[in-house]
Amino acid sequence: MASVDKFEPKILAFLCNWCAYAGADLAGVSRMQYPPNIRAIRVMCSARVDPVFVLEALKRGADGVFIGACHPGDCHYQTGNYKTVRRVILMRKLLEQLGVDGKRLRLEFISASEGKKFASAVEDFVKELRELGPFKK
Amino acid sequence: MKNKKLKIAIYWFGSCGGCEVALVELNEKILELAEIADIVLWPVALDFKYEDLEKFKAQEIDISLINGCIANFENEQIAKMLREKSKVLIAYGSCACFGGIPGLVNLATKEEVYKIAYSETPSTINPKFTTPQQSYKADAHELELPEFYGYSRALHQVVEVDYFVPGCAPPIESTEKLLEIAKEFAAKGALPPKGTVIGSEKSVCDECEREKAEKKSISKIYRIYEKEADPKKCLLDQGIICMGPATRGGCKARCLNANQPCIGCMGALPEALDQGAKMLSALASIIGIEEEKALSEEDLKKIIDKVADPAGSFYKFSLPVGIISRKHTEKK
Repeated sequence: MASVDKFEPKILAFLCNWCAYAGADLAGVSRMQYPPNIRAIRVMCSARVDPVFVLEALKRGADGVFIGACHPGDCHYQTGNYKTVRRVILMRKLLEQLGVDGKRLRLEFISASEGKKFASAVEDFVKELRELGPFKK
Repeated sequence: MKNKKLKIAIYWFGSCGGCEVALVELNEKILELAEIADIVLWPVALDFKYEDLEKFKAQEIDISLINGCIANFENEQIAKMLREKSKVLIAYGSCACFGGIPGLVNLATKEEVYKIAYSETPSTINPKFTTPQQSYKADAHELELPEFYGYSRALHQVVEVDYFVPGCAPPIESTEKLLEIAKEFAAKGALPPKGTVIGSEKSVCDECEREKAEKKSISKIYRIYEKEADPKKCLLDQGIICMGPATRGGCKARCLNANQPCIGCMGALPEALDQGAKMLSALASIIGIEEEKALSEEDLKKIIDKVADPAGSFYKFSLPVGIISRKHTEKK
C-alpha cells in the first residue's frame, strides 16, 4: 500500500492542439512512462490560456499549472505562443507578489514529435512541485 | 410608502472620506434629496452613538448608503446591523464595491502590516513595538478596540448588497442616477433589479476619445512621470499603462481627459472574473509585437520588468474581489 501522507501534486495542463497535445499523445501511444499527476485540457492555442485560468486553477485546488505550447516560430496561428511567453513572464511576477511561488506556473515548448520531452517535462514538474509542497495547506 | 419621507442612513467603514464629499457634489440637487428623505444616520456630519443604530426596528431604514471596505470587527458588526435595519443596502464607492485601495492591505500579512505601520515607517519611533491591543486596562477601566483582521473585504463579501455604485469617488452622474432611483422609490416604491451596477456596461476605452492605433505594440513601458504624454493619443500606444481596456466605464474617461491614465477605479467589466488578470493579459499581449520574433526571453524580461508593481497596478481597487484575493503563504 502506498504511504498515505505522500503528497501527490495535482497539475492542470493546458496543451495546445497542434503541438503539445500531439506530443502528449505521442508519449501515450509510445507507452512512455510519466507520472499520472497531470490533468490535460486541450486548447486550440497556448494563447487561449487566459491568466484568469491560471488563478482559477490554483484557487480550485491545483498545485501547479502547466502550459504546453509550440516552439517559437511554429505557432499554427503565427504568433500565439509569443503572447503566452510574455504573459507567463508577467504572470509569474504577479504570482510572487500574491505570495505564490512562480515555479507553480510552467511553460514548455513541445512539438508534435517530442513525446519524450513531454514525459520528462511532466516528470520534472512533479518533482519540483513535490519539493514546493501543496498549494493549499 | 407613497409620499412618506424616506429614511436614509449614510455610513463609512475603511475609507478615506472622499465618498462623503462625492455626495455633497450633488450641489443644489441635494435639496431634492432633502425633499424626499430624512438623513437619520450620518456619522461624518451628525453626532452618532451605537445605541442610535440599535434603536431602529428591522427594515426601518429605507436606504443605507455605505462606503468603505470591511477591515475590522466593528466594520463587520455595523454592516450586519445596517443590513438588518435597512430595506435597501447600497455599496457606494470602490472600497465598498471591491475593497478599493485599502484592499491592497491583502498583499501583506497582519504581522507585516503591523511591522510597517507601527515600526518601519520613517516617521515612527516605537522601540517597544507597541501595537494595537484588543483590550487594555487603565485605572480599573477596561478599554476595548475592535479586532483588525489584517485583510480587507468588499461589502458584499460580508452582507447582501442590493446595488453597487463603483468609482473612486463615484462620478457625479452615478450619484445623480442614485438620486433618481431614490425619488422613484419614494414616489412609487419601485426599485431597479437587485444587483444593478450603476455604471456603463462597456469599458473606459469606449468612452475615451483619444486616437487609438489599429494595431497596438509597446516596445518600452514608461512610468507616468517619465514621459510627457501626447494628450490626443491612446496612452497604451505611448507605452503608459492605462487600465482602460479592463475597466468598466461610466466615468466619461475623466482621468484620460486630464491626461492621466485610467487606474481602474470602476472595477472589472461586467463579464470579467478578475480585473487584474484581464489587464495583465491585455498588456502582455501588446508588448513588443512589432519585433516579437527577434526578442529573446531576456529582452522581454527587461521590458516587462518596467511593470514595477503588477499587483498594485492591475488590482489597485479590486484585490479583495480577485480570484486570489489575499496573500498566500507558501510552506517553506
